[in-house]
Amino acid sequence: MTQSISVTVTVNEKEYTRAVEPRMLLSDFLRHELGLTGTHVGCEHGVCGACTILFDGESARSCLMFAVQADGHNITTVEGLAKDKDNLHPLQQSFWEAHGLQCGYCTPGILMTMIPFLKQNPDPTEEEIRHALSGNLCRCTGYQHIVDAVKLAAEKMK
Amino acid sequence: MKPAPFEYYAPDTLEQAVELFSQYNGEAKILAGGQSLVPAMNFRVVQPSVLIDLNRIGKLSYIHEEGDVIRVGSMARERHLEFDSSIEKRTPLLHEAVPFIAHPQIRNRGTVGGSIVNADPAAELPVLMLALDARLKAKSVSRERWIAAKDFFVGMFTTALEPDEILVEIELPFMPARTGWSFMEVAPRAGDYAMMGVAALVTLDESGKCTGVRLVYLNAGEGPIDAKEAAKLLEGENLSDKVIEEAAMMASEKEINPFGNMHASVDFQRHLAKVLTQKTLRLATQRAGELQ
Repeated sequence: MTQSISVTVTVNEKEYTRAVEPRMLLSDFLRHELGLTGTHVGCEHGVCGACTILFDGESARSCLMFAVQADGHNITTVEGLAKDKDNLHPLQQSFWEAHGLQCGYCTPGILMTMIPFLKQNPDPTEEEIRHALSGNLCRCTGYQHIVDAVKLAAEKMK
Repeated sequence: MKPAPFEYYAPDTLEQAVELFSQYNGEAKILAGGQSLVPAMNFRVVQPSVLIDLNRIGKLSYIHEEGDVIRVGSMARERHLEFDSSIEKRTPLLHEAVPFIAHPQIRNRGTVGGSIVNADPAAELPVLMLALDARLKAKSVSRERWIAAKDFFVGMFTTALEPDEILVEIELPFMPARTGWSFMEVAPRAGDYAMMGVAALVTLDESGKCTGVRLVYLNAGEGPIDAKEAAKLLEGENLSDKVIEEAAMMASEKEINPFGNMHASVDFQRHLAKVLTQKTLRLATQRAGELQ
C-alpha cells in the first residue's frame, strides 16, 4: 500500500498542508499540489537549475528533494518575489529592462539563484556573476543579457 | 524521471536511524543531502524500497575543534564546510577545494558524509579525506568503529562500510606545521565533474628541504588515487622544477589509471594530471616556504 504523509510547509509566507506520497518531488509538489507553476522543471536530475527555489533562505534544487522533507520548512519560489505585476522585485525589473530572458524557461531558477548570490555579494564582478550562473542552463544561450541584467540589479539594489 | 515508490522514515535520533537501517538491511538507502541519490532515483537507476532520511537528526551537523583535530558531523552541509573558520585555519587545503564541489545550490544541500559514502571517483571530498588522513566513524546497532581514509575507499562507489553501518563523523587532523597546500582541477565548465583534479600537500623542514608530500588525484581511477611513488621522489629533495617534473611524470604516467570519457581521452587526462601536478606542487612548495 502506498504511504501517504502529511506535509505542512510555508511557501511565500503562506502555510499549506497536503498529504503526499513520499516519492513526490518537491518541484512537483509546488507545481501540482500548490499550483505554483513558476518553478520550472527542466532536467530533473539537478543539472539545469530551472527548479531552483529558496529552502530556508538558501538556494536549492527542488527536483532533488522530496516534498515530505519540506515539512516544517520555509520555501520561497519565484512567485514570492513581487507583490504584483506592477511592483516587480528589482532583480525581476532588471531582467525586464536588460532583456535578460528570451523564452523564459530558465528565468525563475536564475532569479532564485541570484537572490542569495547578490545578498552575499552585493557588488559582483562580471566574472563572479558568470561563475554564479554556472549552475543554471539557458538553452536560448542568452547569457550576455542575463549577465547584464544581474549587473543592473546589483546597481539597483545597492 | 520520477522515483519508484518507497517507504519513508525520518528518525529524530541516530539510534533510531541505525535501528531502522539494520531492520531494513539490504532494502534501505540512507538519504543525506540527496544530491547524488535523488538524481539516481529519478532515473530509477536506484530503487530502494525504504528510505531513511537523516535530515531530522539535528545533532549530526556540527563542525568543531577538539584538541588537534576537527570533528565534522556527517550531515554537515558542504556549504557549511566552505565558510567554517576552523576548516579555513586548520585544513586550508579543504577550504580551498570545497568551492570546486558542484554549485552553491548543490553545496547548500549536499552533505560531507553523503559525498564521502557515495565514493564517486570524480568527487572532491574522498580525495581530500585521503590527502588529509581523515578518520571516519561508522556506527551500527551493535558497534562503533573508526576507519582510516586510506582503508575506507575500496573501489568505484564502494567503501569499507558494512551494510548496516552509517557514517556518523569525520575526524580531520590539523594540517602539520610548515605544510603548504594546493588543490586544482580542470572541468569543462565551473561546477561540472572535473576531467582531472589534484590535491597536493608539501611539508618542508627549516632548511627548505622537502620532508613529506601527498599527491591525491580525482577521476584518475576507481577511487581517489594516492601517488606514493611520485611523493617518494620528492621527499628529502629541494623541490627544483626538475624533480617536480620527474614526480609529475611518475604520477601521471605510472600511478594514475584514468578511464577517459566524452570530455577527455585517457591521454588528455594524463596530460592534465602532469600539468596540474607541477602547478600544485609549485604552489604548495611556495606556500610551505611562506610558513617558515
